[in-house]
Amino acid sequence: MKCTVCKGPAIIDIRRHNANFCTEHFLEQCKRQVTKAIDEFDMIGTDDRVLVAVSGGKDSLAVWDLLVELGYRADGLYIGLGIGDYSDVSGTYARDFAAERGLTLLEVDLPGTYGYDIPTGSRAARRAPCSACGLSKRHLFDRAALEGAYDVLVTGHNLDDEAAVLFGNTLHWHTEYLGRQLPVLPARDGFPRKVKPLVRLTERETAAYCVVRGIDYLVEECPMAAGNRHLTYKAALNDIEKASPGAKHSFYFGFLDRAAAHFAPEAESDRVELGACTSCGAPTTAEVCAFCRLVDRAGGALPEAGTPTAVAVELGPTRAGATSGAVR
Amino acid sequence: MGAVKVLLRNPRREVDVPGPITIVNLLARFDLNREAVIVIRDGELVPGDATLADDESIEIRPVISGGAW
Repeated sequence: MKCTVCKGPAIIDIRRHNANFCTEHFLEQCKRQVTKAIDEFDMIGTDDRVLVAVSGGKDSLAVWDLLVELGYRADGLYIGLGIGDYSDVSGTYARDFAAERGLTLLEVDLPGTYGYDIPTGSRAARRAPCSACGLSKRHLFDRAALEGAYDVLVTGHNLDDEAAVLFGNTLHWHTEYLGRQLPVLPARDGFPRKVKPLVRLTERETAAYCVVRGIDYLVEECPMAAGNRHLTYKAALNDIEKASPGAKHSFYFGFLDRAAAHFAPEAESDRVELGACTSCGAPTTAEVCAFCRLVDRAGGALPEAGTPTAVAVELGPTRAGATSGAVR
Repeated sequence: MGAVKVLLRNPRREVDVPGPITIVNLLARFDLNREAVIVIRDGELVPGDATLADDESIEIRPVISGGAW
């Protein structure tokens, strides 16, 4: 198998592009796809301060690495979720990645700061583990991004993630969610701007990127995610992709080009007036936000007012002083 | 007798497969979709048309992750 660009030995084939790549041109391809996504959807400005939500898995470490390679000023945020050994190990991958590159990693420890972990929270609130986890992470990512005065919050959602969510929302006609399933969510009412620079890369490509770049990441799946519907949708889409290369890309980007706007009014009308949570001040439609209700049911407590929730880990110099501006 | 040593994940286990065998055929043997895995040998990616010989060791690593955001 030869590289489509240079005819040297290829290390990976990407069937939806009908192309093979050697190491050098695969890395170029990944950077090009991320740059294209950032430009096409106007995700990140060259002077923006970026906060990357980091789990220790392949996608979040790949997107952090790619953004730094592209010259963006990007710090990481890791949330310790208290999911036994899984959380201990995932935190080690995130810390090692940051330390080896002299990057700044902020940390929030859910059990240490809020007094509950995801298994306990999920049982107490009678929510599925992924639901309690997603609710907690979204709240804490938003809070850390706003408290740290970051311009944009980056998540490692890739093409497979977006296609699978779209598949689920379409299968059940969750039209109120379809209007919001965009690669950029603008800042509003106490929420930071959120962007997904990996939407043009599949997770096979982000995993391959990590291997090629020598990025150690947590390969094992979260023990609490086993058997969830998201994984079923991904498997179904990969079966379709195998028979019809490019299907996932067409499905997701066709939706963005030709369908998403039709659902926007519905998403807008679904958007009710937000007030401030009487407990933590976060935007909410209720008196007390869903996160604070979860903390309460799980027997935890909010930290005292004025206590910083995201703590910077001492890892050495950041790139902030060394980088003069983004290279596009 | 030698064999290709294959490391599989979730759960982590090692399986011997008679070589020589191409990556494409190896994945078919385990009923794995190549969209859902990468193959690694000595820390490097192995392309789909590569042939594995007896006594070589490779890892078939799943790339599908799911959960909450």
